[in-house]
Amino acid sequence: MAGATSLHAGGDVAARFENRAATREPAWFKWMLIAVSLTFFALFLLMPLIAVFVEALRKGWDTYLAALIEPDAVSAIKLTLIAAVIAVPLNLTFGVAAAWAITKFNFRGKHLLITLIDLPFSVSPVVAGLIYVLVFGAQGWFGPWLQGHDVKIIFAVPGIVLATIFVTFPFIARELIPLMQAQGKEEEEAAVVLGANGWQTFWYVTLPNIKWGLMYGVILCNARAMGEFGAVSVVSGHIRGLTNTMPLHVEILYNEYQFAAAFAVASLLALLALVTLAVKTWVEYQATKAKDVTE
Amino acid sequence: MSRRAFQVLPGFNLTLGYTLFYLCIIVLIPLSAVFLKTSQLGLSQFWDVVTTPRVVASYKLSFGASLLAAAINAVFGLGLAWALVRYSFPGKKLVDALIDLPFALPTAVAGIALTALYAPNGWLGSALEPLGIKVAFTPLGVLVSLVFIGLPFVVRTVQPILEDLDTELEEAAASLGARRWQTFRHVTLPILLPALLTGFALAFARAVGEYGSVIFIAGNIPMVSEITPLMIITKLEQYDYTGATAIAVVMLLFSFVLLLAINGLQAWTEKATGRNR
Repeated sequence: MAGATSLHAGGDVAARFENRAATREPAWFKWMLIAVSLTFFALFLLMPLIAVFVEALRKGWDTYLAALIEPDAVSAIKLTLIAAVIAVPLNLTFGVAAAWAITKFNFRGKHLLITLIDLPFSVSPVVAGLIYVLVFGAQGWFGPWLQGHDVKIIFAVPGIVLATIFVTFPFIARELIPLMQAQGKEEEEAAVVLGANGWQTFWYVTLPNIKWGLMYGVILCNARAMGEFGAVSVVSGHIRGLTNTMPLHVEILYNEYQFAAAFAVASLLALLALVTLAVKTWVEYQATKAKDVTE
Repeated sequence: MSRRAFQVLPGFNLTLGYTLFYLCIIVLIPLSAVFLKTSQLGLSQFWDVVTTPRVVASYKLSFGASLLAAAINAVFGLGLAWALVRYSFPGKKLVDALIDLPFALPTAVAGIALTALYAPNGWLGSALEPLGIKVAFTPLGVLVSLVFIGLPFVVRTVQPILEDLDTELEEAAASLGARRWQTFRHVTLPILLPALLTGFALAFARAVGEYGSVIFIAGNIPMVSEITPLMIITKLEQYDYTGATAIAVVMLLFSFVLLLAINGLQAWTEKATGRNR
């Protein structure tokens, strides 16, 4: 549901419509619509992206690089990577397990389960952070016990990881469920009848079928994990060099009017976004190719 | 129960058990904390907290701007999807790939970039200033960032439906004498409508909860440009956990209602177009 664009293998169909008089609009309309749409696109999507890089390099390369190798920036980059490295594999395991249970078996309450998996997408990031404060914070359910045992979750790294897991929770499951539903379970059943065990069936039959969808989900999950701001901001406590992720570091620099430094760190995240989009486009291309071969 | 004995594929108990376990510890138990915490508050106290004038002003801004942004996205998103599916033009592949930028770009980055653009000394802000239009640090700024965040939802829900449309329906309409506009209005639009509404609802739901991209450009002036998620943060910073939680409950209840509506809309889309999600 929300948050996710899903893998859609389809070729370019424009020619089909443009070559027929009955499904073609007049040229003036075509170019007007393209002009209006692209202006909107440029104003709202392209210009902000360009602005990030222009602002980052406004004071030259030296300031840019200095902002990136400064110790607080480096520790923010590390923490962002740690959060993603923990959150993505956990949600990947969950996504595969959930998709297997939901698409290969029939059981009561399946639709409710799918809706519940979607839930984190419709919860505001700020609320996502708040719920962990209520559970693990000083005044929360486990707060006194955690304090007694000298374990810190809120305003520490575990809280950041938990909040990241929550906001990226549905990404991979959401991608796999429709895909595996469409593929049915005949191939897996054939494998089991031929003597394969569960792991072999998954590894040699299911995985090759879902690999592009899986990659798609992982890429989007990772982008969100590294870029999450609202949820992480609530549980972080903003301790420099300790509990700041890259987006939080950007915020601190920006609020201190260190605009060039803020945009320098932001430009790394923008690069990550561009790489995400490039890999995503490549995966879509591969999936379309694979689909054309099988058809 | 007896049917399960005939299950050919293994792993049902393991995968469903793990799914439920993980869902409970990550999502359901922490979420229930919000409702338990609020239940400590009496109903009248709860009502007082969630209807203070400053909070009510934030609802008006959050819901109003989100609705308007989703409506703007529905119009321009449909235009963009149409152009991307039906026309060939230079740079189309690049535009298509960049539509998902708001999904991939961290919200804080989007927030400071939009602020830099629309601030009085920014590229767009300095052009709008002489016209008397102020965007950054006003409710209009909130609208701009919510349009940014919601655009891909509409494009990406409408685009696949448009791609899967056959030419026959429109050809039939044309051969029966319909003008192009009539064909769009009476043939194509009704098919697209469920998807368009789904995209609208998704963009709206996302916009209501959005925080990162909004707070930089909003200016956060009490009663004027504070969004509801910011009210939760403000209460938390004052260590008013009950107050923060009460507002969170209002937001959550609203999200649940929207989630149900969106599920209904998606079922309608599937029925109307005969395709699986």
